[in-house]
Amino acid sequence: MTEIKASMAGSVWKVVAGQGDTINNGQDIVILESMKMEIPVPAEADGTIKELKVSEGDFVNEGDVIAIIE
Amino acid sequence: MFKKVLIANRGEIAARIIRTCKKMNIATVAVYSEADEQATYVKEADESFLIGKPRVNESYLNIDNILHAAKESGAEAIHPGYGLLSENAGFAKRCREAGFTFIGPSEDVMATMGDKVAARQAMKEAGVPIVPGTDQAVTDVEEAKAYANEFGYPVMLKAAAGGGGIGMQAVNGDDELEKAFEGNSKRAESFFGNGTMFLEKQILNPRHIEIQVLADGHGNAVHLFERECSIQRRHQKVVEEAPSPFLSESTRKDMGETAIQAVQALHYKNAGTIEFLVDREENFYFLEMNTRLQVEHPVTEEITGIDLVEQQLRVAYGEELAFRQDDLKRNGHAIEVRIYAEDPVRFFPSPGQLTKFEVPKGEGIRHELAVAGNSMVTPFYDPMIAKLIAYGEDRDQAIFRMKEALENYQVEGIKTNIPMLRDVIAHDKFKQGATETSFVEKYYLPAVTNN
Repeated sequence: MTEIKASMAGSVWKVVAGQGDTINNGQDIVILESMKMEIPVPAEADGTIKELKVSEGDFVNEGDVIAIIE
Repeated sequence: MFKKVLIANRGEIAARIIRTCKKMNIATVAVYSEADEQATYVKEADESFLIGKPRVNESYLNIDNILHAAKESGAEAIHPGYGLLSENAGFAKRCREAGFTFIGPSEDVMATMGDKVAARQAMKEAGVPIVPGTDQAVTDVEEAKAYANEFGYPVMLKAAAGGGGIGMQAVNGDDELEKAFEGNSKRAESFFGNGTMFLEKQILNPRHIEIQVLADGHGNAVHLFERECSIQRRHQKVVEEAPSPFLSESTRKDMGETAIQAVQALHYKNAGTIEFLVDREENFYFLEMNTRLQVEHPVTEEITGIDLVEQQLRVAYGEELAFRQDDLKRNGHAIEVRIYAEDPVRFFPSPGQLTKFEVPKGEGIRHELAVAGNSMVTPFYDPMIAKLIAYGEDRDQAIFRMKEALENYQVEGIKTNIPMLRDVIAHDKFKQGATETSFVEKYYLPAVTNN
């Protein structure tokens, strides 16, 4: 199980993968937006997205768990 | 002079403009979004109007709401600051049609200089040296490759409507160009509504040096010397200084005269900045013209004693410049650093609640502030929360004062780039004036990422 955490504080601009999706290491899960900058948050392991904890428009803090990959 | 001016901006630049207006006995009108209700500049203005929700499209870029506030307030003129609507020719036109004086150049010049392809063409015609590149938009990747092979790699791929490094990428070969072309064009389309791309030969080891110009509506134009702004991260400036530690007196003179030539060819009016890339042999090439006040204008003010915002207001009101080129003298050295709410190593934004904000005082130290003690730094806008300017009789003294000030600059609650600024200012290479645009990658990042 790998927890994917937010690399910065900001809002969830786009969710590009869904719960239950099979995902590869390096593939983007969400794109965060903060202070005129968009930062993709990629998966850090191959697997299935067991839980997606955010939806578009949510505010996250740095270190918040975005998804759990199994 | 104007009796009342509306400032269509936020943060430190709104506060900066309000300060000069007060000095000139001009009443000020601030506009603010819901996120900026508690911002310091709002309190400093004589009047303020809520113009919408936090997102810029619903507030600071909402022309209808801004003009509505202007009408309500009875302001005669609108100062756009920098960023946001400041280089939007459509906004300038709307201001004029609604009966307000737009504090800036004419819509036509803004439109020309806002389109990188048109700007290159205009500069070429004015006899200003430009980087070898495509004079027309490049329509597809095959055409791009043909041009790239003509100029020779590396080339810079750029968005015609771009800014802030968005849609811009250096590419080293056909493969890289193929990969980069479509992505950058798409990105430019979604950011600027215009996916037009063009290509330039990449100037190696460049410095970024710009000339401040000022022109009135009576045919007078002067330059206020250069600013060197080579130290950048993510293609955005971090440290700026005047004069440049690199330029020879003869190149300085050449660049100033070239800038005036450009201003006259454009019939430019108000304050503006012509940005150049300068290589190690001091060849200089037109990069772009900013048809507005620059973030780093304070360093020019410090070494010339001219208040640029005051001059903008006077020119917009129709006054003639009160000085000529020969009256302008450089005196001393000034350095500005931009304080960003961001991680000092990865440069990712770090919005949040300030728990402490204390700025140092001292001789030659100037502050431009967007925040105060317990401000909330929201995620909606640019990460710049303050600017720190140090003036000295010479560069060494300016560096010394800047170093001291940065040591005593205290921000808590969010991450800032202050640790980075301390490293850069204290670096031997900075002291030696080795301020090429690769400075951060070459001298700063290797030291911090090894730890």
